[in-house]
Amino acid sequence: MGPIAENCTLEKSSQHTKGINIGLRVWFLPVVFLFLLTSCDQSALNSPYSREESEQNVIYSSFSSRPKHLDPVRSYVSNEYAIIGQIYEPLLQYHFLKRPYQLIPLIAQEVPVPKYLDAAGNTLSEDASEQDIAISEYHITIKQGVNYQPHPAFAQDEDGAYLYHALTTEEIAGANTLADFPQTGSREMTAADYIYQIKRLANPRLHSPIAGVIGQYIVGFNEFAERVKSATAELQKKSGQEKPFVDLSKINMDGVEQTGRYSFRIRVKGKYPQLVYWMAMPFFSPMPLEADLFYSQPGMDKRNINLNWYPVGTGPFMLTENNPNLRMVLQRNPNYHGELYPSEGNPEDAETGLLRDAGKPLPFIDKAVYSLEKESIPYWNKFLQGYYDTSGISSDSFDQAVQFSSQGEASLTDAMSSKGINLITAVTTTSWYMSFNMDDSVVGGDSERARLLRRAISIAVDFEEFVSIFANGRGVTAQGAIPPGIFGYRSGEDGINRYVYDVVDGRAKRKSIAEAKELLRKAGYPNGRDSNTGKPLTLYYDSAAAGPDGKARLNWIRKQFEKLDIQLVIRATDFNRLQDKIRKGKAQIYLQGWNADYPDPENFLFLLYGPNSKVKHGGANGSNYSNPEFDKLFDRMKNMNNGPERQKIIDEMMEILRRDAPWVWGFHPKAFSLFHSWYSNVKPNLMADNTLKYKRVDPELRSKLQQEWNQPIFWPVWLFVLALIVTAIPAVVVYRRHERSAAQ
Amino acid sequence: MMAYIIRRILYAIPILIGVNIITFVLFFVVNTPDDMARMHLGVKRVTPEAIENWKEEMGYNRPLLYNSKAEGTDKISDTIFFQKSVKLFKFDFGSSDSGRDIGYDISQRMWPSLAIAIPVLLVGLLVNISYALLIAFFRATYIDFWSVVLCVVLMSISGLFYIIGGQYLVSKLLHLVPISGYATGLDAVKFLILPVIIGVVSGIGSGTRWYRTLFLEEIGKDYVRTARAKGLSESIVLFRHVLKNAMIPILTGVVVVLPLLFMGSLITESFFGIPGLGSYTIDAISTQDFAIVRSMVFLGSVLYIIGLLLTDISYTLVDPRVRLS
Repeated sequence: MGPIAENCTLEKSSQHTKGINIGLRVWFLPVVFLFLLTSCDQSALNSPYSREESEQNVIYSSFSSRPKHLDPVRSYVSNEYAIIGQIYEPLLQYHFLKRPYQLIPLIAQEVPVPKYLDAAGNTLSEDASEQDIAISEYHITIKQGVNYQPHPAFAQDEDGAYLYHALTTEEIAGANTLADFPQTGSREMTAADYIYQIKRLANPRLHSPIAGVIGQYIVGFNEFAERVKSATAELQKKSGQEKPFVDLSKINMDGVEQTGRYSFRIRVKGKYPQLVYWMAMPFFSPMPLEADLFYSQPGMDKRNINLNWYPVGTGPFMLTENNPNLRMVLQRNPNYHGELYPSEGNPEDAETGLLRDAGKPLPFIDKAVYSLEKESIPYWNKFLQGYYDTSGISSDSFDQAVQFSSQGEASLTDAMSSKGINLITAVTTTSWYMSFNMDDSVVGGDSERARLLRRAISIAVDFEEFVSIFANGRGVTAQGAIPPGIFGYRSGEDGINRYVYDVVDGRAKRKSIAEAKELLRKAGYPNGRDSNTGKPLTLYYDSAAAGPDGKARLNWIRKQFEKLDIQLVIRATDFNRLQDKIRKGKAQIYLQGWNADYPDPENFLFLLYGPNSKVKHGGANGSNYSNPEFDKLFDRMKNMNNGPERQKIIDEMMEILRRDAPWVWGFHPKAFSLFHSWYSNVKPNLMADNTLKYKRVDPELRSKLQQEWNQPIFWPVWLFVLALIVTAIPAVVVYRRHERSAAQ
Repeated sequence: MMAYIIRRILYAIPILIGVNIITFVLFFVVNTPDDMARMHLGVKRVTPEAIENWKEEMGYNRPLLYNSKAEGTDKISDTIFFQKSVKLFKFDFGSSDSGRDIGYDISQRMWPSLAIAIPVLLVGLLVNISYALLIAFFRATYIDFWSVVLCVVLMSISGLFYIIGGQYLVSKLLHLVPISGYATGLDAVKFLILPVIIGVVSGIGSGTRWYRTLFLEEIGKDYVRTARAKGLSESIVLFRHVLKNAMIPILTGVVVVLPLLFMGSLITESFFGIPGLGSYTIDAISTQDFAIVRSMVFLGSVLYIIGLLLTDISYTLVDPRVRLS
């Protein structure tokens, strides 16, 4: 069947129905409908998009759960960053192509280098001792001529008065989306907008997840929060409003000061080199006061018109449709200041064609459509039909998409290759580990007995097998706390954890169970029994895993402990209870994960820093590990610049951790992504959230292949209709005979 | 009848209060306000102060059901239960814990749910009744036997299988309609064809068997024999007489589900990407959004009560002998 739509008419079908009695005519209606379906435009009957749209310069992607927060002060989850990373522009960004990850300016004119001051305010040298540094000053100058996207918050009348800043209750009640405010405006972004956003981070009512961390460093941050709290309470009393607008621009934050229209200064207590990484996250994006004034009008929140729903940015895209129950659409920002595709990268980038667009203006696409796909089966099938440009691979579809060579290298199956689909893999900057509660009387503590027990378990729990069974081989077993791609990670023989692995032919080979049992014997548990009491050793594993997959995983974990004759009791619970147990130190062994905020070893090693202990200090150290030697090294390492000296300290820290084994070093997941032949400029960048601007599609090729792959097939429908008719004939005959026959 | 309706509405009030209390207790047995705060604020880097701030702002810093520190009626009214539940009786659902207006969300999401539910109900009724009448006509023949076998087979297949199988066959192999998605206006038709067909087909087994039983019961009655004796054709006997008299149980089954059509279908909407109400409650449970959970449970209860009331009223319409008192 070809695309020959124009000639189809009702006349033709009506000829067929002529002369048929009324009953049969009704019966034939669906057939007529099917006939029309077969003869109308068949180019892409199963396309979920309009033909015009799919031929445009659009990227089609999906999301599985709705982003909760699009306000950069709150947003901290990858599916939220996938949207706001394209809209908001922080001061810095990660180079798209260069590895290891490198910070480069985005809105800042350069990556700020801190000026160190002592307690008396004297300037110190760059290599000044950390003890001498009282204040680090970051002088930041931003680019000029950067304008905000068109937005009603900026709309002004001829006299310069804002059109939508003093709306009446009726006007607000009549609005359901931002599009109900048709007039838009824009203005140039200034340093004041960054300062305003930093103040928003401190506003207790906005619940920024990083307020606690940033409050430890930026001078006057916590005091500012207190002032805002008092001002809010006062206004609440005065106005009677539950959420009165507090103008943060009028309240001073000591550590943040505007020094010019395009420059400002941030003062940090002591030395905190990680601040530049935060500057590359949407938390440090500009926020115009006008937006806050517009959205804070009483009634706006109730109409769901707020910053969580409608961002206001300067980035290459703007959110023009936000229906997270269906789809979200990003469109090119007409006011975008412009940026060029990088002209430098790693040596292999030129060969793989990643520098073909060097120096060309960004972005390459006009629009990105993200559709809600909660279920993996329709999502995967739509990708195969060409209706999504990229896809991850779920466990269900893994064997269909990927095969492993005898050397263990992943490649695409013939079915995928024949469609021109490409595969790209990357080890994520994430660590999954099995944590011991170091406050526990059996597995925890600093005794040799407990240490040997933990090391024996570390050998027995075979994470290579776990990755193979439960992740389709998509993961690299961990040798320590730091994943590949982060400074401090050592590859090759030097990076092998000798407490768990032997080195055979330069590769890590897990030690034998016999060795683990020997460690267990030395720990005082020969054959899994306590040598003092003779009772079997029973350990407890807390898990929130549910469903068939969870059950299989828990069975597997139980079997790992059985190798050492240790009885493992699984304490199944829900997520909340598990977190509660960990907080209170009542869990003994459990699985946890951590995803890097920024590419710095501090962001992983702080998970084992004593003063971050979960039980004592409410920190992120869930295993409550505390080793003074490790803590001392961490204090030295955390603020150092990357270099041999820092690497040496990290090596020492890793040795301590491997010896003490507070975690069973689990694995770093490997991300597998597929993309079609019409999609280009793909390079995994696990730190950057703003990579949409670099992506390119070939809509013509896509449209051609979509049509080729999705030609409708009608003959089974006709066959079904025919079968129905054939089976109905005897019934009709019987009916007629019955009607003609005399009553009995 | 008016007195009956008023009485039934008044009966509904204690039922709704009871449903509210049960929902409240069940929800807070599983989730504490601290858990809710953590869920909304995220697990990473959340400080105890942030949790307290969130609870205070959302009104979850009060006691759950009884405030022993308060005075007078505040002991009851200054509690999470009272503050969060009273407005429901005015059908003011308020805002979700993530700040969305629940009433607006419901009003937006119920239309896609109805867009599937109404055609499935109507087409399903038409198909099931016609097929059941056909079987009743051919009772005790091979058509009857194999139709019942077919119905049992259709009933035995899981709803999920129909969906996945339908998507595989119609969308993936035959490329006739999109696998999933939704659009507004007339563009929605191509997205609704498959879920509606699957909804109808998956209901044929149980629906047809049920109606067949009703028709067979009627078909043996004296008035049917009389009608045949008058020389009426079998189709007139079936459609004009048997169907009319079998309407009461049919109507009971249909009217009771009418109000609940708003609530949508979780699995169908999930697999077909329909932005309806089906997943609204489930998503809220997984994100521990109590405001949505209680609103949806309340709404579901109200609609169910309305359905039962409408059923009673519909009896009087189809059977003049029935009087509500």
